[in-house]
Amino acid sequence: MFYRENGQFKTNYRADVALFPIAQDRWAMLGLLAIAFVVVPGFASDYLFRAVLIPFLILALAAIGLNILVGYCGQISLGTGAFMAVGAYAAYNLNARIEGLPLLLSLIGGGLAATVCGVLFGIPSLRIRGLYLAVATLAAQFFVDWFTNRVKWVTNDSSSGSVSVNTLDMFGWRFDTPVQKYLLCLSLVAVFALLAKNLVRGAIGREWMAMRDMDVAASVIGIRPVHAKLTAFAVSSFIVGVAGALWGFVHLGSWEPAAFGIDKSFQLLFMVIIGGLGSIAGSFFGAAFIVLLPLLLNYLPHWLGLSLSTATAAQLEHMVFGALIVFFLIVEPHGLARLWSTARQKLRLWPFPY
Amino acid sequence: MGFLLETLFGGLMVGMLYALVALGFVLIYKASGVFNFAQGAMVLFAALAMARFSEWIPQWLGLENKTIANILAFGAATASMVAVAWLVERLALRKLVNQPPIALLMATLGISYFIDGAGQLLFGSAVYRIDVGMPKDPMIVMEKTFEGGLLLSQEDLYAALISALLVATLTLFFQKTRTGRALRAVADDHQAAQSIGIPLSRIWVVVWSIGGIVALVAGIIWGSKLGVQFSISLVALKAFPVVILGGLTSVPGAIVGGLLIGVGEKLSEIYLGPYVGGGIENWFAYVLALAFLLIRPQGLFGDKIIDRV
Repeated sequence: MFYRENGQFKTNYRADVALFPIAQDRWAMLGLLAIAFVVVPGFASDYLFRAVLIPFLILALAAIGLNILVGYCGQISLGTGAFMAVGAYAAYNLNARIEGLPLLLSLIGGGLAATVCGVLFGIPSLRIRGLYLAVATLAAQFFVDWFTNRVKWVTNDSSSGSVSVNTLDMFGWRFDTPVQKYLLCLSLVAVFALLAKNLVRGAIGREWMAMRDMDVAASVIGIRPVHAKLTAFAVSSFIVGVAGALWGFVHLGSWEPAAFGIDKSFQLLFMVIIGGLGSIAGSFFGAAFIVLLPLLLNYLPHWLGLSLSTATAAQLEHMVFGALIVFFLIVEPHGLARLWSTARQKLRLWPFPY
Repeated sequence: MGFLLETLFGGLMVGMLYALVALGFVLIYKASGVFNFAQGAMVLFAALAMARFSEWIPQWLGLENKTIANILAFGAATASMVAVAWLVERLALRKLVNQPPIALLMATLGISYFIDGAGQLLFGSAVYRIDVGMPKDPMIVMEKTFEGGLLLSQEDLYAALISALLVATLTLFFQKTRTGRALRAVADDHQAAQSIGIPLSRIWVVVWSIGGIVALVAGIIWGSKLGVQFSISLVALKAFPVVILGGLTSVPGAIVGGLLIGVGEKLSEIYLGPYVGGGIENWFAYVLALAFLLIRPQGLFGDKIIDRV
């Protein structure tokens, strides 16, 4: 009824290729951003920021990065945790070793270090694909795990192996309270999401998708596999690296290598699958789902008056995740994002189905 | 020299176990074209089932004899692995016929999470013992050739023997029986196999049951050596580079790959480890497999990958 584009005529190419061609979408997106930037900071509690909103935003950013690689370019990766770790530790080192380096530069430096690492581990993708590549990216995971654990230089010679970041300031603002941290994450995520969305719509995004759909055919029609695959690895690991730096700096504050273990890699892959392969919005849905589900599983027995031990809760969580992955792959391989777009299609025609 | 040989033997024994887990991957991949990420979870599940059943069955039946209890527990564990195989086929694989391999891979990831959780929920998550009466004492051989002789663990030798027997049986089954031939047809093309009348669903149950039994043997050997606990499913992570090195479709590849990685790991840890701070066992296998993939993407004995548009 309200969601209908009757009468919205496109008279030039700009309007035709706009990010949100339907006016209602534009308004909804602006409204959502306004709520996120203005309304939420006024109402949400500190707990909500720390336990839900900040992790959600950072994981959504990482999921966008992974989605570019897995969803758009079809290169399956199980080493996302490693690239997050590289981003976090590189940003930490820049921050700790260079006096007075702005926070933004540390974050971007972390992203760049992850890019280098990602391209390096992406090189095998030129010769191998699919299952083999999944195992190759596990190499990155285990190597980085070991490297951050054993090489003292990485942790700036801290004796316990854990590192911490105390002050976060940028352009004279300090980010101490959860609200400020939330706003920092939100701005970065908004910018990156917009960039990623435009990137996958453009020429390079089409190259990635051609690679994903059939790489031999793509190279026959003149797409350079080397270029397409390595740029996907580069862009993806840059975003993942920045997300890793944020995860360390903003969410955790102090962390040890275990924070970026193989579990994180699997978790991010699940977000991408459940949210929707090859969809930027899907990354947000997936992240929201994975952040909220454990909370729900913790509270649900409580509300129902059952008592579960933490071990049982963790095992149930594993089972629910596993079952959901299989469920989504069978019922809706394109994830929550496809459900959302189906709903929108239906709304456009409502109440007449044809 | 004696020390080097001891390290070598130690590596070979560990490698045998890797090979056993890797064998599970290869069997399922060879017979159904699915890269089974859940193999590690199945090893954990099978080992937990074995450990707990051998504890529970004497209680239920009032049995005194340990051997009989172990045999019954083995039967019960086998039955539960077949049940798992049947459920996996019923609930997941049947609905994913003809999907791209990536989708199937991710589905097995989900299955692996589910089996991990379910196994620990059903059987508990503490550390359990499996005692199937394998001799634990080390033995010393070739005292004449080397000073002090070579220290070998009898347990390892038995494990190697059992694995060799299992591999021989499986090879015969794959090559000589009707079902074995059907399995290979399914691996080539799901649809084509179905259209000439091979019952896909039954084949999948058979394959996953075999995978489950291999997992059970691996779990028993590993569990009686180090106890059954969650970390067993991490062994599977070691088996990935093994299958990659050996080639995804080759049974001998899994064995040779396992032995190579077992030996390489131990030797590198001892001779290379001290220079870089130790602990390189964790990634050595992966980096070795990765380097190898760059030279020969299909692995040692794998089928050549041919791309058609």
